[in-house]
Amino acid sequence: MAQKPIELILTRHLAGTLAMPVFLVDAGGTLVFYNEPAERVLGMRFEESGEMPASEWATQWLPTDGDGAPIPPDKLPLSIAVAERRPAHGTFTIRGTDGQSRRIEVTAIPLIEAGDRVVGAAAFFWEATA
Amino acid sequence: MKVRLWGTRGSVASPGADTARYGGNTSCVEVCGAGDVMVILDAGTGIRPLGASLPPHVRTVHILLSHLHMDHIQGLGFFKPLFDPEVETHLWGPAIGHDDLRRRLVRYLSPPLFPVHLRDLPRCKLHDLPTESFQVGDLRVTAERVCHPGHTVGFRIEQNGNSMAYLSDHEPALGAPKFPLGEEWTSGYAIAKDVDLLIHDAQYSLEEYAHHVGWGHSALDHALAFAKLVRARRLVTFHHDPSHSDDDVDRLTAAAIAVCKPPFAVLSGAEGAVFDLARVAPTSPRR
Repeated sequence: MAQKPIELILTRHLAGTLAMPVFLVDAGGTLVFYNEPAERVLGMRFEESGEMPASEWATQWLPTDGDGAPIPPDKLPLSIAVAERRPAHGTFTIRGTDGQSRRIEVTAIPLIEAGDRVVGAAAFFWEATA
Repeated sequence: MKVRLWGTRGSVASPGADTARYGGNTSCVEVCGAGDVMVILDAGTGIRPLGASLPPHVRTVHILLSHLHMDHIQGLGFFKPLFDPEVETHLWGPAIGHDDLRRRLVRYLSPPLFPVHLRDLPRCKLHDLPTESFQVGDLRVTAERVCHPGHTVGFRIEQNGNSMAYLSDHEPALGAPKFPLGEEWTSGYAIAKDVDLLIHDAQYSLEEYAHHVGWGHSALDHALAFAKLVRARRLVTFHHDPSHSDDDVDRLTAAAIAVCKPPFAVLSGAEGAVFDLARVAPTSPRR
Protein backbone atom coordinates (compact mmCIF):
# COMPACT_ATOMS: atom_id res chain seq x y z
CA MET A 1 0.00 0.00 0.00
CA ALA A 2 1.20 3.51 -0.77
CA GLN A 3 2.38 5.73 2.04
CA LYS A 4 0.04 8.57 3.02
CA PRO A 5 1.29 12.17 2.84
CA ILE A 6 3.22 13.18 5.94
CA GLU A 7 0.57 15.77 6.84
CA LEU A 8 -2.08 13.05 7.02
CA ILE A 9 0.19 10.80 9.06
CA LEU A 10 0.91 13.54 11.58
CA THR A 11 -2.77 14.50 11.79
CA ARG A 12 -3.72 10.89 12.44
CA HIS A 13 -1.13 10.68 15.20
CA LEU A 14 -2.43 13.94 16.67
CA ALA A 15 -6.00 12.64 16.51
CA GLY A 16 -4.89 9.50 18.32
CA THR A 17 -3.84 11.59 21.30
CA LEU A 18 -6.96 13.81 21.52
CA ALA A 19 -10.04 13.27 23.66
CA MET A 20 -12.27 14.93 21.07
CA PRO A 21 -13.65 13.15 17.99
CA VAL A 22 -11.62 13.58 14.80
CA PHE A 23 -12.49 12.23 11.34
CA LEU A 24 -9.85 12.29 8.61
CA VAL A 25 -10.19 12.09 4.82
CA ASP A 26 -7.60 12.14 2.04
CA ALA A 27 -7.48 14.43 -1.01
CA GLY A 28 -10.02 12.26 -2.82
CA GLY A 29 -12.43 12.53 0.10
CA THR A 30 -11.90 8.93 1.16
CA LEU A 31 -12.27 8.30 4.88
CA VAL A 32 -8.84 7.14 6.07
CA PHE A 33 -9.16 7.32 9.86
CA TYR A 34 -11.28 8.32 12.83
CA ASN A 35 -10.16 8.19 16.43
CA GLU A 36 -11.62 6.45 19.48
CA PRO A 37 -13.74 9.42 20.66
CA ALA A 38 -15.25 9.52 17.14
CA GLU A 39 -15.96 5.80 17.36
CA ARG A 40 -18.17 6.45 20.38
CA VAL A 41 -20.20 9.07 18.47
CA LEU A 42 -20.40 7.11 15.24
CA GLY A 43 -21.17 3.85 17.00
CA MET A 44 -18.59 1.88 15.06
CA ARG A 45 -14.92 1.08 15.55
CA PHE A 46 -12.59 2.20 12.78
CA GLU A 47 -11.22 -1.34 12.58
CA GLU A 48 -14.74 -2.41 11.58
CA SER A 49 -15.42 0.31 9.02
CA GLY A 50 -11.95 0.62 7.52
CA GLU A 51 -11.36 3.10 4.73
CA MET A 52 -14.49 4.25 2.93
CA PRO A 53 -15.02 6.30 -0.24
CA ALA A 54 -16.83 9.64 0.14
CA SER A 55 -19.94 8.29 -1.56
CA GLU A 56 -20.22 5.70 1.21
CA TRP A 57 -19.29 7.55 4.40
CA ALA A 58 -21.34 10.61 3.45
CA THR A 59 -24.49 8.50 3.71
CA GLN A 60 -23.35 5.81 6.18
CA TRP A 61 -24.41 7.82 9.21
CA LEU A 62 -27.50 9.39 7.57
CA PRO A 63 -26.77 13.08 8.17
CA THR A 64 -29.95 15.14 8.30
CA ASP A 65 -30.63 18.81 8.87
CA GLY A 66 -32.88 20.42 11.49
CA ASP A 67 -35.98 19.58 9.43
CA GLY A 68 -34.98 15.95 9.08
CA ALA A 69 -34.03 16.31 5.41
CA PRO A 70 -30.94 14.38 4.22
CA ILE A 71 -27.86 16.55 3.68
CA PRO A 72 -26.29 16.00 0.25
CA PRO A 73 -22.73 14.65 0.48
CA ASP A 74 -21.24 17.76 -1.17
CA LYS A 75 -22.81 20.00 1.49
CA LEU A 76 -21.09 18.28 4.40
CA PRO A 77 -18.30 20.34 6.03
CA LEU A 78 -15.58 17.81 5.16
CA SER A 79 -16.58 17.74 1.50
CA ILE A 80 -16.56 21.54 1.39
CA ALA A 81 -13.16 21.72 3.08
CA VAL A 82 -11.59 19.42 0.48
CA ALA A 83 -13.37 20.80 -2.58
CA GLU A 84 -13.20 24.49 -1.73
CA ARG A 85 -9.96 24.60 0.32
CA ARG A 86 -11.61 26.42 3.19
CA PRO A 87 -12.81 25.68 6.70
CA ALA A 88 -16.45 24.75 6.98
CA HIS A 89 -18.79 24.36 9.93
CA GLY A 90 -22.15 22.72 10.34
CA THR A 91 -24.62 21.36 12.86
CA PHE A 92 -26.69 18.33 11.95
CA THR A 93 -28.00 15.00 13.17
CA ILE A 94 -26.45 11.64 12.44
CA ARG A 95 -27.63 8.15 13.22
CA GLY A 96 -24.84 6.07 14.68
CA THR A 97 -24.29 2.51 13.61
CA ASP A 98 -25.45 1.61 17.10
CA GLY A 99 -28.88 3.05 16.18
CA GLN A 100 -28.57 6.17 18.32
CA SER A 101 -29.33 9.61 16.81
CA ARG A 102 -26.94 12.35 17.86
CA ARG A 103 -26.89 16.03 17.02
CA ILE A 104 -23.32 17.06 16.29
CA GLU A 105 -21.39 20.21 15.51
CA VAL A 106 -18.59 19.78 13.00
CA THR A 107 -15.69 22.00 12.02
CA ALA A 108 -13.66 20.76 9.07
CA ILE A 109 -10.33 22.21 7.97
CA PRO A 110 -8.45 21.44 4.76
CA LEU A 111 -4.90 20.13 5.11
CA ILE A 112 -2.84 22.13 2.63
CA GLU A 113 0.82 21.14 2.41
CA ALA A 114 3.77 23.47 1.82
CA GLY A 115 3.51 23.01 -1.95
CA ASP A 116 -0.06 24.40 -1.80
CA ARG A 117 -1.65 21.03 -2.51
CA VAL A 118 -4.69 19.80 -0.58
CA VAL A 119 -3.77 16.41 0.85
CA GLY A 120 -6.97 15.90 2.81
CA ALA A 121 -9.11 17.38 5.54
CA ALA A 122 -9.79 16.83 9.21
CA ALA A 123 -13.17 17.24 10.89
CA PHE A 124 -13.29 17.97 14.59
CA PHE A 125 -16.74 17.39 16.02
CA TRP A 126 -18.64 17.09 19.24
CA GLU A 127 -22.20 16.42 20.36
CA ALA A 128 -24.29 19.58 20.30
CA THR A 129 -25.67 20.55 23.68
CA ALA A 130 -28.49 22.77 22.41
CA MET B 1 26.72 4.39 -7.31
CA LYS B 2 29.28 5.09 -4.60
CA VAL B 3 28.38 6.63 -1.28
CA ARG B 4 30.91 8.11 1.10
CA LEU B 5 30.23 9.46 4.58
CA TRP B 6 31.95 12.76 5.47
CA GLY B 7 29.98 13.68 8.58
CA THR B 8 27.79 11.42 10.69
CA ARG B 9 27.39 13.36 13.93
CA GLY B 10 24.11 14.96 14.91
CA SER B 11 23.22 18.40 16.21
CA VAL B 12 26.68 19.89 16.71
CA ALA B 13 30.22 19.00 15.72
CA SER B 14 31.94 17.03 18.44
CA PRO B 15 35.62 16.45 17.68
CA GLY B 16 37.81 14.69 20.20
CA ALA B 17 39.50 11.47 21.14
CA ASP B 18 36.20 9.90 22.23
CA THR B 19 34.60 10.43 18.82
CA ALA B 20 37.57 9.78 16.54
CA ARG B 21 36.35 6.45 15.12
CA TYR B 22 32.89 7.55 13.98
CA GLY B 23 33.90 11.16 13.57
CA GLY B 24 32.79 14.48 14.95
CA ASN B 25 31.67 16.28 11.79
CA THR B 26 27.98 16.92 11.21
CA SER B 27 25.87 15.54 8.37
CA CYS B 28 27.44 15.27 4.95
CA VAL B 29 27.32 12.38 2.46
CA GLU B 30 28.84 12.19 -1.02
CA VAL B 31 27.04 10.25 -3.73
CA CYS B 32 28.70 9.66 -7.09
CA GLY B 33 27.32 8.10 -10.22
CA ALA B 34 29.15 7.20 -13.37
CA GLY B 35 29.79 10.70 -14.69
CA ASP B 36 31.71 13.68 -13.40
CA VAL B 37 28.74 15.12 -11.52
CA MET B 38 28.75 14.87 -7.75
CA VAL B 39 25.80 14.88 -5.40
CA ILE B 40 26.31 15.94 -1.79
CA LEU B 41 23.64 15.32 0.81
CA ASP B 42 23.65 18.11 3.37
CA ALA B 43 26.30 20.67 4.15
CA GLY B 44 27.24 19.99 7.75
CA THR B 45 30.82 20.49 8.82
CA GLY B 46 31.80 17.32 6.95
CA ILE B 47 31.49 19.23 3.67
CA ARG B 48 34.64 21.23 4.42
CA PRO B 49 37.10 18.32 4.05
CA LEU B 50 35.04 17.03 1.11
CA GLY B 51 35.48 20.37 -0.67
CA ALA B 52 39.19 20.36 0.06
CA SER B 53 39.62 17.02 -1.71
CA LEU B 54 37.18 17.44 -4.59
CA PRO B 55 38.54 15.46 -7.55
CA PRO B 56 39.73 17.84 -10.29
CA HIS B 57 37.49 16.29 -12.94
CA VAL B 58 34.35 17.23 -10.99
CA ARG B 59 33.12 20.54 -12.37
CA THR B 60 29.47 20.35 -11.32
CA VAL B 61 28.29 19.76 -7.77
CA HIS B 62 24.72 19.40 -6.60
CA ILE B 63 24.24 19.97 -2.87
CA LEU B 64 20.90 18.65 -1.66
CA LEU B 65 19.84 20.09 1.69
CA SER B 66 17.39 17.98 3.68
CA HIS B 67 16.49 21.01 5.79
CA LEU B 68 18.07 24.17 7.07
CA HIS B 69 18.89 23.39 10.68
CA MET B 70 22.34 24.70 11.47
CA ASP B 71 24.10 21.34 11.71
CA HIS B 72 23.10 20.70 8.07
CA ILE B 73 24.28 24.00 6.59
CA GLN B 74 27.09 25.10 8.85
CA GLY B 75 29.83 23.83 6.55
CA LEU B 76 28.40 25.49 3.45
CA GLY B 77 30.42 28.69 3.71
CA PHE B 78 33.59 26.65 4.11
CA PHE B 79 33.04 24.51 1.01
CA LYS B 80 35.91 25.74 -1.16
CA PRO B 81 34.38 24.92 -4.56
CA LEU B 82 31.67 27.52 -3.87
CA PHE B 83 34.33 30.16 -4.42
CA ASP B 84 35.91 28.46 -7.45
CA PRO B 85 34.73 30.00 -10.73
CA GLU B 86 35.59 26.73 -12.48
CA VAL B 87 33.04 24.78 -10.46
CA GLU B 88 29.30 25.15 -10.92
CA THR B 89 27.36 24.53 -7.72
CA HIS B 90 23.65 23.85 -7.51
CA LEU B 91 22.01 24.16 -4.12
CA TRP B 92 18.72 22.35 -3.70
CA GLY B 93 16.53 22.63 -0.63
CA PRO B 94 12.96 22.71 0.55
CA ALA B 95 10.83 25.82 0.24
CA ILE B 96 7.82 26.59 2.39
CA GLY B 97 4.97 28.15 0.43
CA HIS B 98 6.21 31.50 -0.82
CA ASP B 99 9.36 31.38 1.33
CA ASP B 100 11.83 30.02 -1.23
CA LEU B 101 15.23 28.47 -0.54
CA ARG B 102 17.13 31.69 -1.26
CA ARG B 103 15.11 33.71 1.24
CA ARG B 104 15.52 31.04 3.89
CA LEU B 105 19.21 30.33 3.32
CA VAL B 106 20.30 33.95 3.09
CA ARG B 107 19.46 34.36 6.76
CA TYR B 108 22.62 32.38 7.47
CA LEU B 109 24.76 33.20 4.44
CA SER B 110 24.91 36.94 5.02
CA PRO B 111 26.39 39.29 7.63
CA PRO B 112 26.45 39.32 10.57
CA LEU B 113 26.29 35.51 10.76
CA PHE B 114 28.65 35.04 7.79
CA PRO B 115 30.89 37.58 6.05
CA VAL B 116 30.05 36.59 2.46
CA HIS B 117 26.72 37.24 0.76
CA LEU B 118 25.11 34.34 -1.04
CA ARG B 119 24.73 36.55 -4.12
CA ASP B 120 28.51 37.04 -4.31
CA LEU B 121 29.29 33.39 -4.92
CA PRO B 122 30.50 33.11 -8.53
CA ARG B 123 28.65 30.11 -9.93
CA CYS B 124 26.08 29.08 -7.38
CA LYS B 125 22.50 28.44 -8.44
CA LEU B 126 19.63 27.81 -6.05
CA HIS B 127 16.67 25.56 -6.66
CA ASP B 128 13.59 24.77 -4.62
CA LEU B 129 13.26 21.00 -4.42
CA PRO B 130 10.56 19.81 -6.81
CA THR B 131 7.80 17.47 -5.72
CA GLU B 132 8.58 15.16 -8.64
CA SER B 133 11.73 13.06 -9.08
CA PHE B 134 14.53 14.72 -11.02
CA GLN B 135 17.74 13.68 -12.71
CA VAL B 136 21.26 14.66 -11.69
CA GLY B 137 23.64 13.07 -14.18
CA ASP B 138 22.75 9.41 -14.14
CA LEU B 139 21.30 9.61 -10.61
CA ARG B 140 17.54 9.77 -10.11
CA VAL B 141 16.69 11.88 -7.06
CA THR B 142 13.41 11.92 -5.17
CA ALA B 143 12.74 14.18 -2.19
CA GLU B 144 9.76 13.77 0.09
CA ARG B 145 8.71 15.38 3.34
CA VAL B 146 9.38 13.42 6.51
CA CYS B 147 8.64 13.84 10.19
CA HIS B 148 11.10 16.34 11.68
CA PRO B 149 10.48 19.87 13.00
CA GLY B 150 10.45 22.50 10.28
CA HIS B 151 10.27 21.58 6.65
CA THR B 152 12.47 18.52 6.21
CA VAL B 153 12.80 16.01 3.41
CA GLY B 154 14.34 12.59 2.99
CA PHE B 155 16.13 11.67 -0.21
CA ARG B 156 16.04 8.56 -2.35
CA ILE B 157 18.70 8.17 -5.05
CA GLU B 158 18.55 5.49 -7.71
CA GLN B 159 20.88 4.38 -10.46
CA ASN B 160 20.90 1.24 -12.60
CA GLY B 161 18.57 -0.67 -10.30
CA ASN B 162 20.49 0.26 -7.13
CA SER B 163 19.05 2.58 -4.54
CA MET B 164 19.89 4.41 -1.35
CA ALA B 165 17.84 6.50 1.03
CA TYR B 166 19.02 9.27 3.31
CA LEU B 167 16.87 10.14 6.31
CA SER B 168 19.36 11.91 8.53
CA ASP B 169 16.82 13.61 10.80
CA HIS B 170 13.69 11.57 11.18
CA GLU B 171 11.26 10.74 13.95
CA PRO B 172 8.76 8.34 12.38
CA ALA B 173 7.72 7.06 15.82
CA LEU B 174 6.34 10.46 16.87
CA GLY B 175 2.79 10.07 18.11
CA ALA B 176 2.42 6.55 16.75
CA PRO B 177 0.46 4.39 19.20
CA LYS B 178 2.80 1.55 18.32
CA PHE B 179 5.79 1.64 16.02
CA PRO B 180 5.83 0.93 13.21
CA LEU B 181 2.14 1.33 12.53
CA GLY B 182 2.37 -0.05 8.99
CA GLU B 183 3.62 0.98 5.60
CA GLU B 184 0.83 3.44 4.83
CA TRP B 185 1.10 5.32 8.10
CA THR B 186 4.86 5.53 8.53
CA SER B 187 6.75 8.67 7.61
CA GLY B 188 9.56 7.98 5.15
CA TYR B 189 8.29 4.63 3.94
CA ALA B 190 7.90 5.67 0.31
CA ILE B 191 11.40 7.11 0.21
CA ALA B 192 13.09 4.13 1.79
CA LYS B 193 11.20 1.04 0.67
CA ASP B 194 13.37 -1.78 -0.64
CA VAL B 195 16.58 0.27 -0.73
CA ASP B 196 19.99 -1.33 -0.89
CA LEU B 197 21.38 1.16 1.60
CA LEU B 198 19.46 3.10 4.24
CA ILE B 199 21.19 5.92 6.09
CA HIS B 200 18.94 6.72 9.03
CA ASP B 201 18.80 8.84 12.14
CA ALA B 202 19.64 6.81 15.25
CA GLN B 203 20.50 9.50 17.74
CA TYR B 204 19.22 8.07 20.99
CA SER B 205 18.84 4.99 23.09
CA LEU B 206 15.21 4.16 23.88
CA GLU B 207 15.69 5.57 27.39
CA GLU B 208 17.06 8.82 25.99
CA TYR B 209 14.29 9.03 23.41
CA ALA B 210 11.69 9.06 26.17
CA HIS B 211 13.10 12.43 27.23
CA HIS B 212 13.31 13.82 23.68
CA VAL B 213 9.96 12.96 22.11
CA GLY B 214 9.14 15.54 19.45
CA TRP B 215 12.73 16.67 18.97
CA GLY B 216 12.72 15.08 15.53
CA HIS B 217 15.06 12.13 16.03
CA SER B 218 14.94 8.38 16.41
CA ALA B 219 16.05 5.84 18.93
CA LEU B 220 18.31 3.11 17.58
CA ASP B 221 15.48 0.62 18.06
CA HIS B 222 13.20 2.80 15.93
CA ALA B 223 15.82 2.98 13.18
CA LEU B 224 16.11 -0.79 13.15
CA ALA B 225 12.33 -1.27 13.17
CA PHE B 226 11.98 1.25 10.35
CA ALA B 227 14.68 -0.48 8.30
CA LYS B 228 12.88 -3.78 8.80
CA LEU B 229 9.56 -2.28 7.72
CA VAL B 230 11.01 -0.85 4.50
CA ARG B 231 12.97 -4.04 3.81
CA ALA B 232 16.32 -2.26 3.57
CA ARG B 233 19.27 -4.47 2.67
CA ARG B 234 21.69 -2.53 4.86
CA LEU B 235 21.24 0.06 7.58
CA VAL B 236 23.80 2.69 8.39
CA THR B 237 22.99 4.47 11.63
CA PHE B 238 23.55 8.20 11.46
CA HIS B 239 23.27 11.49 13.33
CA HIS B 240 24.99 10.07 16.41
CA ASP B 241 24.28 12.06 19.52
CA PRO B 242 27.12 14.52 20.20
CA SER B 243 27.31 13.36 23.80
CA HIS B 244 27.88 9.74 22.78
CA SER B 245 31.45 8.50 22.63
CA ASP B 246 32.44 5.87 20.07
CA ASP B 247 32.20 3.28 22.80
CA ASP B 248 28.69 4.49 23.66
CA VAL B 249 27.67 4.13 20.00
CA ASP B 250 29.04 0.57 19.95
CA ARG B 251 27.36 -0.39 23.21
CA LEU B 252 23.95 1.10 22.36
CA THR B 253 23.97 -0.31 18.84
CA ALA B 254 24.82 -3.80 20.09
CA ALA B 255 22.00 -3.60 22.61
CA ALA B 256 19.46 -2.51 19.99
CA ILE B 257 20.56 -5.26 17.61
CA ALA B 258 20.21 -7.84 20.38
CA VAL B 259 16.61 -6.78 20.93
CA CYS B 260 15.51 -6.23 17.32
CA LYS B 261 17.45 -9.10 15.71
CA PRO B 262 17.45 -7.45 12.27
CA PRO B 263 17.64 -9.66 9.19
CA PHE B 264 20.03 -7.19 7.53
CA ALA B 265 23.47 -5.73 8.17
CA VAL B 266 23.65 -2.80 10.59
CA LEU B 267 26.66 -0.50 10.57
CA SER B 268 27.31 2.56 12.68
CA GLY B 269 27.99 5.42 10.28
CA ALA B 270 31.66 6.37 10.35
CA GLU B 271 33.38 9.26 8.62
CA GLY B 272 35.29 7.92 5.65
CA ALA B 273 33.19 4.79 5.16
CA VAL B 274 32.52 4.07 1.50
CA PHE B 275 29.68 1.98 0.11
CA ASP B 276 29.68 0.71 -3.42
CA LEU B 277 26.09 -0.28 -4.07
CA ALA B 278 27.15 -2.79 -6.67
CA ARG B 279 28.98 -4.64 -3.86
CA VAL B 280 27.77 -6.16 -0.64
CA ALA B 281 30.07 -4.74 2.04
CA PRO B 282 31.59 -1.32 2.62
CA THR B 283 35.25 -0.75 1.96
CA SER B 284 37.46 0.35 4.84
CA PRO B 285 37.25 3.98 5.94
CA ARG B 286 39.84 6.19 4.25
CA ARG B 287 41.25 8.45 6.91
